[in-house]
Amino acid sequence: MVATLDHREAGLLRALVTQVLDMLSERGKAAPQDALAELTGIHTGPSQPPEDEVLARLLPDFHREDAELSGALRSLREPELIEAKSHAAGVLLATCPEDGGRIELDVDQADLWLSALNDVRLALGTTIGVTEDMPDNPPEDEALAAHLGVYQWLTFVQDALVQARVTAL
Amino acid sequence: MPASSTARFSTALPRSAPTQQVEQAPGETAETESPWQTIVWNDPVNLMSYVTYVFQKLFGYSPQKATKLMLDVHHKGRATVSSGSREKVEGDVAKLHAAGLWATMQKA
Repeated sequence: MVATLDHREAGLLRALVTQVLDMLSERGKAAPQDALAELTGIHTGPSQPPEDEVLARLLPDFHREDAELSGALRSLREPELIEAKSHAAGVLLATCPEDGGRIELDVDQADLWLSALNDVRLALGTTIGVTEDMPDNPPEDEALAAHLGVYQWLTFVQDALVQARVTAL
Repeated sequence: MPASSTARFSTALPRSAPTQQVEQAPGETAETESPWQTIVWNDPVNLMSYVTYVFQKLFGYSPQKATKLMLDVHHKGRATVSSGSREKVEGDVAKLHAAGLWATMQKA
C-alpha cells in the first residue's frame, strides 16, 4: 500500500513516534537486572505498573483485580511488549522519509505502521484526555484544540491505512 | 471507540475476504478445558475499523464475527474474544497488548 505525507506531516509523525520510542526506552531501562538474568539472557521487567498514565495505557495490566498475577505477568511479558512496540516505531521511522513523499509499504510494514500509529494516538489521546464524543464538541482551549487537530489527523491516517490493509487480508 | 472520521472512506466490509473462515466457539469445549477468558475493553482511542481488523488478523475470525465482537466492545463496554487454558489466554492478551488494545484475562 502507498501512503503520501507532505514535509510537515512527516516531520510531525516522526517527532511523535520518536517521543513514544523514548518513553518506552526509559521504561525499559527501569527493569531490574540481576546476575541470573545476565547468565540466562532472560530479562524480566518491573512488576509494578508505570505511574505515568501514557505508559500505563501503552503497557496495560494482565488482570483487573488480581494485582499479584498482573505483577508476575507484567514482569515476565513487559520486556517483549516494549521490544515489539519499539520495533514498530523503528520501522516507521526507517520507512518514513524526513521530507515525506510517496511511501510504499508491504503488508508487514503496514501492520507495524498501524501498531506505531495506534501507540502515538494512545499517547496523545491519553495526554489530552480524549473522550468518545470529543470530536463533536471541540474544546475552547486553543492549545488543546491544536493537539486535538493533530490527534484527528492521526486518526484519519490510521483509519485510511486499516481500510487499505483489510483489502489485502 | 470512534467511528471512521471521514465520508471518503467506506466502512463496508470487503466483498471477498480470503482469510480463513475458522469460527472460534468458546462454548464448544468443556468448562474445565476453557477455564480462562480473554476480555477486550472499550476505550475512546481505538478505532472500530482497527479493532475489527485486529480480531481478524490475530484470531482468524471472519469479518462478520470480528465486527460483532467489536460492536460488543463498543456498545457493552467489553467482550470475551477467546477462551482456553491460562497459558493460551495469557498469550492472547499479550498479542492484543502488542496491537494496542486494552485486554485482560479472567477466570470463566
